Amino acid sequence: MKRIIAKQEFCMGCGLCEVYCTVQHSKTKDIVKAYNRENPKPISRIRLEMNKPVSFAIQCRHCQDAPCVTACLSGAMRKDENTGLVTHDAEKCMGCWTCIMVCPYGAIKMDVNGKVVAKCDQCNGLDVPACVANCPNGALVCKEVTP
Amino acid sequence: MSKYVIVGASAAGIGAVEAIREVDPVGTITVISEESCPQYSRPMISDLVSGKADFEKMKCREGKFWENTQVQALTGRTAVRLDLTEKFVVLDRGDRVNFEKLLIATGGRPFVPKIEGTDKEGVFTFTTIADAEHLAAKLQTTKTAVVIGAGLIGVSVTEALVKRGIKVTLVELQDKILSLLLDEKGSDIVENVIKKAGVTIITGQSVQQITGRPENSCVVGGVVLTKGEQIPCDVVIIAIGVIPRIELVTGTQVKTNRGIVVDNFMQTNVPGVYASGDVAEAYDFVLNQNRLLPLWPLAVHEGKVAGYNMAGKKTDYEGGTNMSALKYFGVPIVSIGIANPKEEAAYEVLVKHKPERNLYKKLVLKDNVIMGITLVNDIERAGILFHLMKNRVNVKKIKQALLQEDFGIATLPRSLRRKVYPGEIE
Repeated sequence: MKRIIAKQEFCMGCGLCEVYCTVQHSKTKDIVKAYNRENPKPISRIRLEMNKPVSFAIQCRHCQDAPCVTACLSGAMRKDENTGLVTHDAEKCMGCWTCIMVCPYGAIKMDVNGKVVAKCDQCNGLDVPACVANCPNGALVCKEVTP
Repeated sequence: MSKYVIVGASAAGIGAVEAIREVDPVGTITVISEESCPQYSRPMISDLVSGKADFEKMKCREGKFWENTQVQALTGRTAVRLDLTEKFVVLDRGDRVNFEKLLIATGGRPFVPKIEGTDKEGVFTFTTIADAEHLAAKLQTTKTAVVIGAGLIGVSVTEALVKRGIKVTLVELQDKILSLLLDEKGSDIVENVIKKAGVTIITGQSVQQITGRPENSCVVGGVVLTKGEQIPCDVVIIAIGVIPRIELVTGTQVKTNRGIVVDNFMQTNVPGVYASGDVAEAYDFVLNQNRLLPLWPLAVHEGKVAGYNMAGKKTDYEGGTNMSALKYFGVPIVSIGIANPKEEAAYEVLVKHKPERNLYKKLVLKDNVIMGITLVNDIERAGILFHLMKNRVNVKKIKQALLQEDFGIATLPRSLRRKVYPGEIE
């Protein structure tokens, strides 16, 4: 599986990762529509952490022994044994926020409509996740690891 | 003869089955379950009552969980007796299942106070899918309800009833609602929101009697409070809490306190016999002692630890604590550990309160280590604080930043970041 690693020394905090993540997880995949038209508003699953001059972007780490999977009340959060990804099924999510309570990275977000959570899915199906592909300074990189 | 026998098929039982199968793909597993339906999320039963979820959505594991995990499931059956010398469980029809390793994950049963009238039609407890279905079926003819107990279950069922257009009176013996999770300020915020939703909240009192209807004394007509006030209602929901179902080990050498006593491997004092979930007294890392903590995520975790150890993968339970995330009435809340320290002098309290936004955040520290987290309406960074808490990180130098809105991993000094998040940020 892939792991996305943040390289703090290359990050200048531009936030493009959040922009491209948002668009990738929008219905239209159109940057203007995603930001100005879509309702519910799509949200970024990556978070730019900033404490100037320090910045880096972080998203779900797809933990080996993921606390969110153990804690999930509804069974929406699962560890895919084949891909190694932690997957989230929004249809099953009851929006109880228990995963948010236990995620050590603070990498799970409340969805804008406030009813479910949202997290990184490594852009299901894309060779290179949108945040990595669009980082202008190589501050996000993919590493191949064995799940 | 089954290598592993698990009594109980909810959170802890499910966690144990999954853990055993990770380690031992072939060892025979028998699960004894009183409920016959597929695995479902107990915390979601209020969503069934409100109409937000159907049973399909409440299923917390894949459809054919028993088949997929190769478990022999004896459903609709009750384990009635243990023989720890010969190592077998006796079931309700007298049949026996022998075991090598046993997990007792029998959970809890709702506590029903000894007051007059709890046997009337229209009195419900609220912990199982059957409870929720019975209550939901009754709601077409229900206009008013009294909920006894304003803890997690009481507040969740209150919200569900409100969504169904029912007028609810919530009665709590303590002075505050959600008193096990929140301090006074936190509780007040939630109380106001619930009142705005049309709920009448009565604290500092309980119900002394459930009364019948004039035309039929067997059917609920109302309640009488401790101070004598009478409240007419169509249904009463008792949500005071759960008591561990330890009856299976009563009379055996398995040591019990209020629940079954276990060590850090979730093993009882009898080798090969484990207990997890609401029935067990597991480790609380904040209080540094074992205690009952009937919470779904902890039950799954404890069950997993038991399962690993039963299958021979030595695993230490890191411990849980009193911790819950709440979503009710649109107010997101996270509460972990100590919300309201009793010996105030020993603790330091950090607070951020913005009444105009209903925002309330509080940290309880002892010797610069986080012992308690309360977050109301700004919860997305909860897990980072919890991570610092669990790892007993000394937060002396970052204290002022912890409750700021821009608090995050980047707030932590580089050396600390590397220590608590090794290898993740280069």
